[in-house]
Amino acid sequence: MELRRASSNFITYTVLVVWAIISLLPLYWVFTTALQLSEYHDETTGQVISYVESEPPKLYPMGIPKYFEEWGKARDAEAAGDVAQAEHYRERMDMIVEDTFSGFKTLFAGTNIWRWFFNSAYIAIVVTLGILLLDTMAGYVLAKKRFPGRNFIFWLIIATMMIPGQITLVPLFMMVGKLNLMNTHWALILPDLSMVFGVFLMRQYMLSIPTELIEAARIDGASEWKTFWKIVVPLAKPALATLGIFTFMSVWNSFLWPIIVLDNADLYTLPVGLKTLQDQNLAIFKLLMSGAAVAAVPMIIVFIAFQRYFIRGLTLGGVKE
Amino acid sequence: MKASNGLLKEMWKQRAAYLFLLPKLILFVLFILIPVFWAFLIAFQEYGYSGSEWVGFKNFMTTFTSSTFHVALLNTLKYTVFTVPVTIFLALGLATLIYPLGKWSQSFFRGAFYLPTVTSMVIIAMVWRWVYNYRFGLFNYFLDFLGIPPQDWLNQSDTALWALIIMSVLIPPGVGVIMYLAAMGSIPETLYESAKIDGANAFQRWWRITVPLLKPTTLYLMMLSLIGSFQVFIQVILMTGGGPGDATETIVHLIYKTAFRDLEFGLASAQAVVLFIITLIFGVVQYRIMYRKGEE
Repeated sequence: MELRRASSNFITYTVLVVWAIISLLPLYWVFTTALQLSEYHDETTGQVISYVESEPPKLYPMGIPKYFEEWGKARDAEAAGDVAQAEHYRERMDMIVEDTFSGFKTLFAGTNIWRWFFNSAYIAIVVTLGILLLDTMAGYVLAKKRFPGRNFIFWLIIATMMIPGQITLVPLFMMVGKLNLMNTHWALILPDLSMVFGVFLMRQYMLSIPTELIEAARIDGASEWKTFWKIVVPLAKPALATLGIFTFMSVWNSFLWPIIVLDNADLYTLPVGLKTLQDQNLAIFKLLMSGAAVAAVPMIIVFIAFQRYFIRGLTLGGVKE
Repeated sequence: MKASNGLLKEMWKQRAAYLFLLPKLILFVLFILIPVFWAFLIAFQEYGYSGSEWVGFKNFMTTFTSSTFHVALLNTLKYTVFTVPVTIFLALGLATLIYPLGKWSQSFFRGAFYLPTVTSMVIIAMVWRWVYNYRFGLFNYFLDFLGIPPQDWLNQSDTALWALIIMSVLIPPGVGVIMYLAAMGSIPETLYESAKIDGANAFQRWWRITVPLLKPTTLYLMMLSLIGSFQVFIQVILMTGGGPGDATETIVHLIYKTAFRDLEFGLASAQAVVLFIITLIFGVVQYRIMYRKGEE
């Protein structure tokens, strides 16, 4: 019995670990390729090798073993008292380091990536803060206030959540043109601020806040705004965290709408910038993967730091009350 | 008269509520509600330099008779039929394996399967292009171990769509795993205990108790991934551009091309309306099937 249990456990872990490797491999591949040696001068054969395009593919940055190889040679040369030779190997070590990071160097020196990074970051932050404020206000009154038209407004909002976003692409494009917002960040920010998922989420969460707390504040003579700001917002913190993270993620990763309205390299967001990089430098995978790494790292950090809010957000939508 | 007076009075009394709602409502009306209705109007018009002109159902007729649209529709359906069930089955399988594990292993695997989902699809598509590279890609490298000869996956019309399907299946179903795990946690332990006493083995307990009780989650996930796969776009534009030929043309990519490359706004809107209706039909049918089965 113990043995059977152990073997079924072993199978479980094997399947899960293999699948986890499959799922993380592409992401790992981004970083490996970004840091891969693109030009290595092999002294024994006299050939110049690129490990970025090698067959079979190299599963880790080759700069690491090569660096230590040269380091060993330099140490041996020093031990033998051959200063010039040791110096030669040390130079090669520096070249390996330089080549390893050359993708990032080219990226930062030769493209607008800082600009794109900054654009993405500030747009995502502005939209996230705006959504948090507007959706909390809307969700709060939809859950806690009784007023004519409340149900109609709520169901109208829910109904539009089912409509695929592509249907509004053309009208939004025309509208943005008419409002003279083409090729501005407003064209991204305003439609993003109108997303309604958060209203739904905040309203669902507000329903669980005891109404007595809010009424008590009203009886104490607090104004509507003060009640909202001092009582409701603090109580809604967990939902705010979830909504904030999902909004940030969806704005940071959004792609289809930005490639339609942005036509100026200074205004690009990261995903749009990456696409133009791919269009221009079809062959330079090291550079492309460096760009991908720059775009991926912030989301990876956000995910690791706020994992539990991600999970809570997903389960809020899926499990019935 | 009196009734409307009372209504106005009530509205005035609740003016704070309207003020709280107003900013969001303005944005919602301006950037969602009006565009949605507008889209339906545009679908019946033709746009040119001189302005727009009503053309009745012409755009819809063009859509339904265009062979590119047929191919795009067929590709999208094929993509959906092969990715949605597999993805959901994988999510269920993985969640089942993870659920009995200890807390630490649980959160590790949950994280490992969800992490790729938070990174942009743009990045994932760029890597996979590289993974499918004919000469240097990882995919052919691993297939070589299985004795399968290398293919130029993305540039052959009979493999390109399959390459996109395989890629989607291999992107871990992180959302599904997390939702299934949460739903499994809410199934009462006593159900399993009494089934055990009745002599049900582990598989029977899973098939007779876990799977049926997870049905609301399964339905929700199916809706989500159905909508998602009908809208497949990023992989197409970044990996194949719809080609070779129109081997990987999908509906959303076609809408994008029709509107913003060919500037045929009316036609693109008609295509979008058709996509909307198809999504709606699939959603309703799926809902009906799932619930009829459950009532038996």
